[in-house]
Amino acid sequence: MTRTLTCIICPRGCTLQAEINGDSVSVSGNACKRGEEYGRSECLHPVRTVTAVIRVENRPDCALSVKTAQPIAKEHIFDLMAVLRGMTVKAPVAIGEVICDNIYGTQVIATGSVE
Amino acid sequence: MKNHDIVIIGGGPAGMAAAVAAFDSGVRDVVIIDREDNLGGVLKQCIHNGFGLHKLGKELTGPEYAHVYAQQVRERGIKVYSGTTVTRITSDKIVTATNTDGILKIQAKAVVLAMGCRERSRGALNISGTRPAGVYSAGTAQKLINCDGYMVGKRVVILGSGDIGLIMARRMTLQGAKVEAVCEILPYSGGLTRNIVQCLEDYGIPLHLSTTVAEIHGSERLEGVTVAQVDQNRAPIESTRRYIPCDTLLLSCGLIPENELTLNAGIELDKVTGGAVVDQFRQTSIDGIFACGNVLQVHDLVDHVSDEAECAGASAAKYVLGNPSECGRITTCAGEGVRYVLPQRVLLSGEQVSLYLRVREPQTGVKLVVKSGERIIKTFPRLKAAPGEMEKLDIPMSLLSDADKTLTVSMEVQ
Ligand code: SF4
Repeated sequence: MTRTLTCIICPRGCTLQAEINGDSVSVSGNACKRGEEYGRSECLHPVRTVTAVIRVENRPDCALSVKTAQPIAKEHIFDLMAVLRGMTVKAPVAIGEVICDNIYGTQVIATGSVE
Repeated sequence: MKNHDIVIIGGGPAGMAAAVAAFDSGVRDVVIIDREDNLGGVLKQCIHNGFGLHKLGKELTGPEYAHVYAQQVRERGIKVYSGTTVTRITSDKIVTATNTDGILKIQAKAVVLAMGCRERSRGALNISGTRPAGVYSAGTAQKLINCDGYMVGKRVVILGSGDIGLIMARRMTLQGAKVEAVCEILPYSGGLTRNIVQCLEDYGIPLHLSTTVAEIHGSERLEGVTVAQVDQNRAPIESTRRYIPCDTLLLSCGLIPENELTLNAGIELDKVTGGAVVDQFRQTSIDGIFACGNVLQVHDLVDHVSDEAECAGASAAKYVLGNPSECGRITTCAGEGVRYVLPQRVLLSGEQVSLYLRVREPQTGVKLVVKSGERIIKTFPRLKAAPGEMEKLDIPMSLLSDADKTLTVSMEVQ
């Protein structure tokens, strides 16, 4: 099976052709190596980095921005968002702090600071 | 009146990078004036990732990218007047600003304009209908959700498919809203293809091209919008009108460089970019006043903003340290298929010059041709070109030594 994809790794957005044979995928159209990895992963087990905001208990009118340290499986995105929506943190929080240690195989870390 | 060597107006990505570059070029007395309480500008609300690949070699979110530069500003001890709004700049570089302490006047040796841009508002779009709550510019909604922690609605229509509109379609979906549609009045999206893929296609959000919002309904809160396809003149086609119930309409219909201060100082503006007319060192029509970032031309990538700001900051430092060199100058102009070219002036100095431009319409298999009169200076083939992706053409100065007064850049189909 052949799939046409747009590489989302960098703004260049190369159009990729992915030839899928069971577990092996051969990718063409990529201008760099990362496109090949993306094409393979997108056909076998698509993943995305998720970014979100979390409520800050002791700071009204203020949200903490976070991201997954690693991309997570696409099918878990909404489950992760549901968990994050129900979570709160307590300020102060510094950028880079781990907010959640192991969720869907990754850490969730703060991408901003709240004093 | 205070005195500072270089005053930078704006503490966003452009202002921070300009300040750091000016400092590193040897001027110690550099200050930033920022109307917000924290450095970072719009990056603070851009919590998605994709920033810094080109400039920092890693993929960061907006707040993280801002943090890198804010650290550099701090490490150098560059003074930041935060919560301070500049109200006036004069041609002799007196900067007036206000904050809660009162009025501040600074005599600068050089000024760098880095005020960024604004979103086009509903008022500028002429959408008919009522004026209910629930109509936001996409950036305002982004700030409310990402910085202030408020959700703005549950059922959403987005008008405009530029990058902010696309990013907000995903954000709203992830935060639990249903995005009914993204409408784009043009026959193509102005956003990056990667954003159409990862923000719309990933979540099954429909993109309707050549479609606009023809009417807004609702008295207290928005109840729905009427969308319609448009003809070649962008006028809604009656027979295609259809109603979409929604409680929120986000407008992502273009960004306008914020140049009130520039205009007041008597600096020449470019009608197409909405920013100042500059040379390749980002100096405006007034000596010692420089401009960079979205106040000069609206960029697609913050990495390019940082590059441009470093150029402006370093040029401002050079101006202050004073080694003026007399050299010839030529002007650039946009030819067939090209919307604008920046810089508008090229000084015949340095090793090479980079011309930035946007094409008028998406095309595949084209070449961008730089000409002096009828003579071709250099040709740049492109597999595809689109208005949403700024082009950069590097031209060795040696090719320009006997160029005419004007360089024209046009797009030709190969
Ligand atoms: S293949 Fe490489 S250059 Fe092309 S979009 Fe992907 S990361 Fe960017």
